[in-house]
Amino acid sequence: MEPKKIRGSFLERNLHIIFPMPAVIFVVVMMFFPVLYTFFLSFTNWNLTSGMPLSIVMLRSYQRILREPRFLAALGRTFSFTALAVSVETILGMIIALILNREFKGKGLTKLIMLLPLVSTPVAIGIAWNLFYDPTIGLANFVLTRLGLPKQAWTGSSSTVIPSLALVDIWQWTPMIALILLSGLASLSNEPYESARVDGATEWQIFWRITLPMVTPTLLTALILRSIDALKTFDIIYAMTGGGPGYSSETLNIMAFKYSFEYFRMGQASVILVFLFLLVLIMSLLIVRMRKSLEL
Amino acid sequence: MVHSKNSTEFALMYRFLILRRPVYKSSSISLKEAKMKSKFMLVILVVLALFSVSAQQKEIRVLLANHPYGDLLKAAIPEYEKATGVKVNVESLQESQLTTKLTTEFATRSSTVDVFMTRPLQEGKMFYKNGWYEPLTGYDFSDYPKNALDVATFGNKAYIVPLVTEWEVLYYRIDLFKKAGLSVPTNFTELEMAAKRLNSSDMAGFASRGKGAAAVTQLSSYVYNYGGTYLDKGKAAFDSIEAIDAIRFYGKMLANYGPSGVTNMSWENIMPLFQAGKVAMWTDASVFYGQIVDPTKSQVPAENVGIANFPAGPKGNTPFIVVSWGMAIAKQSKNKALAMDFIKWATSQGLAKRGMLANITMARNSAWKDAEVRSKINTGLIATQEYAAKYGIPYDRPYMSAVGEARDLIGEVIIESINTAGTSTKLEALAKDKVDAVNGLLEDTGEYGVY
Repeated sequence: MEPKKIRGSFLERNLHIIFPMPAVIFVVVMMFFPVLYTFFLSFTNWNLTSGMPLSIVMLRSYQRILREPRFLAALGRTFSFTALAVSVETILGMIIALILNREFKGKGLTKLIMLLPLVSTPVAIGIAWNLFYDPTIGLANFVLTRLGLPKQAWTGSSSTVIPSLALVDIWQWTPMIALILLSGLASLSNEPYESARVDGATEWQIFWRITLPMVTPTLLTALILRSIDALKTFDIIYAMTGGGPGYSSETLNIMAFKYSFEYFRMGQASVILVFLFLLVLIMSLLIVRMRKSLEL
Repeated sequence: MVHSKNSTEFALMYRFLILRRPVYKSSSISLKEAKMKSKFMLVILVVLALFSVSAQQKEIRVLLANHPYGDLLKAAIPEYEKATGVKVNVESLQESQLTTKLTTEFATRSSTVDVFMTRPLQEGKMFYKNGWYEPLTGYDFSDYPKNALDVATFGNKAYIVPLVTEWEVLYYRIDLFKKAGLSVPTNFTELEMAAKRLNSSDMAGFASRGKGAAAVTQLSSYVYNYGGTYLDKGKAAFDSIEAIDAIRFYGKMLANYGPSGVTNMSWENIMPLFQAGKVAMWTDASVFYGQIVDPTKSQVPAENVGIANFPAGPKGNTPFIVVSWGMAIAKQSKNKALAMDFIKWATSQGLAKRGMLANITMARNSAWKDAEVRSKINTGLIATQEYAAKYGIPYDRPYMSAVGEARDLIGEVIIESINTAGTSTKLEALAKDKVDAVNGLLEDTGEYGVY
C-alpha cells in the first residue's frame, strides 16, 4: 500500500519520536537524572545540619571520605559479605540443581517450597531471623544447646555478625541460583553424557569435564545477578543490625544511608554512593567480559 | 487505517487543548462533528472544574509518629473533623523515618506538611537553624514546666509545643527481689550487688541499652550521677574522669550481668526479654512502663513489675527528664491558621488527660494534678515523675544539630567499654579522640562554644 501523503501536522510527522517518549522520559527522570545528580552532589559539601546553602568543593569530600578508616572498613566488608554469601550460594545452588535435575517423586512440590524464601519481604525476613538469632530467647541457640554445642552471640558480636547476616542472604537467595542453574542443566543435550558413559567416565569426571563447562555461561549469569545484588544489600542488614554492633556490619550502602539520613551529610553520602556505583559497574563489566571470552 | 484515525483524533485534541485553535478549521472532518467534539471537551472541563471545587474543602496534612500519643491522636482526629469540618490527612511513621521524611521534604522545599510531631532534642536545633519551624505566637504555654520549654524555645520565641516527657527509671522484678531478700537499690553500689545476686545462667541480673548510639540517652543519667556531662558550655566533655568512670561502670554492669549480645540491643530488644521474664532489673525511659505491665504482651504478671527512682551515683541523683516529643507547625505551610487551630486541639488539656489515662506521660502540669488521673495511674510512675521533675536534667544526649553523628561517636566508646567489661586501657584515649571529633562537628555547624 502506498503510504498516504503525510499531512502537515507536527504531531503526525513526529509520531516515531512521540510514542517512545514516555519510556525515554521515565528512564531519564528516574535513572539518568538521579545518577548524574548524585555525581554532582559528591562535589559539594551539602550538609543539612549546618544550615548553610551548598557550595562546590570539588574533590574535598572525596579526600575526606577516602581518609576515613570507617569507609575503608565498610568497603572491605561489602566485599567480604558478597564473597561469602555468593560463593556459598553458588556451591549450594549447584548441588541443589544437580539433585533436582533427576526425576523423583515430589519434585514439583520441592521446587515450590524452594521458591518461598524468594517471595518473602526482606524486612519481615530480617525481623524473623532476629528472633531466631536472639542469644537469650532465640531458636538458634536453643537448637545449639540441645545439640550440646556452645551458645553463639550471632548478630550480637562483631566477630559473628557478618557470617550471621550472610546466612540469611544464603537462605534467601540460594534457591534463585539453583533455579537458574536448573534451567541451564535442563537445556543441555544428552549426547556428550552418553558417549562419556560409553567411554567409562565416572560421575565425578562427567561433572567436572562435561556438566560444569557446559553450564558455565548460565552460572556466570547467576553470578552477575547475585553479586550486583549482594554488593548493594541494604534491607536485611538495615532491618537486622542497622550496621551494628558498632560499625561491624556496616556496608557501603548502610554507611551511605547513615551519612545521608542520620548525619545529613549529603555531599559525603554521595561520594560513598559514587564508589558503590563504580564498584558494581566494574564488577559487572568484568563478569560480562569473562562470559564473552568463555563463549568464544 | 486504524492508525491514522487514532492519530487524527489525537491531533484534534492537541489542537484544542494546547494550541487553543478551533478544531474544525483545516481539518478533514465536518463542522458538526467538530462542534460535538468541542462540546464533549467542554463537559470534561466542567467535570474537572467541579472536581477541583470539591477538592477545595479545608484540608491539612499532619505527620505523626508511631508513638502511643500519635496513635491516640489518630483515633481522636475524626472527632476534630466532625466538630470543625476540616479534613485532616494523617500519616504515621516510625520515628527515624519521620525525621528522614520531614528533612527531605523540607530540604527540597516540596513539602505540603502543615503540622508534625517532632523530637526537640534530636532534630530541634537542626530544624530551627534551617528555618523549618513556624514560631508559635498566640499559643498559651503557661501550663508547661520551665525546663520543658527550654528545649522548645530558640531566641525568645517558642517553636514547639511539648507533648510527652520521659525520664530514666529502674524497672525491677518485685518477686525476685522478695525471694532473694533484697531491697530496691537506691545507689550504684546496691545496683551492682543486686545484679550480682540475681544474675544466673537463665536470668540477666541487669539490662540497659548496649547498642552504641541508642545507649547514649540511657547512659546520660549514669554520667550525670557520676558528675559528668556530654557537652559543657558548647564543648564536648565526655572524656572527663567523671564521664569515663560512668562509662566504665556501665560497661562493667552490662558485660558481667547483662543479656548476651547486648551491644546489638536497644529498648526494642530488651523489652521482649523483660516481658519473657529473663531480666531482673532494667534501666530505661519511663515510657515503656505501660507495655511491660500489659498482660497481653508480657508473661510477667503486672504485680511483679516494680518501678523505682533511678539509683544515685557518687555525685548525687539527677536523672534525665526530657521532652521526647513535641508538636510544631511547618514554616512553609499554606494553612497556618488551620494548623494553629489543629495544634491547639491536639495539645489540649482534654487530650493530655486522655493520654495520661492511657499511661502516656504528658508534659502539661495540669495533667499530673488531675484528681482522676492521680487515682488511676501507677503511684510509682507519679513518684518517679515528681522526683525527676524536681531534680532531673532536661537533656539525655548532646544537644546539637549533628546529634545523630555525635551519638554514633559516643556509642563507639560505650561499646569498647562493654566489650572489655569496663577495663579497657585505651578508653581514655578513645574518648579523647571522639571528643575531638564531636568538637569538629560543633565547629562545622557553628555551635562550638555556643550555649
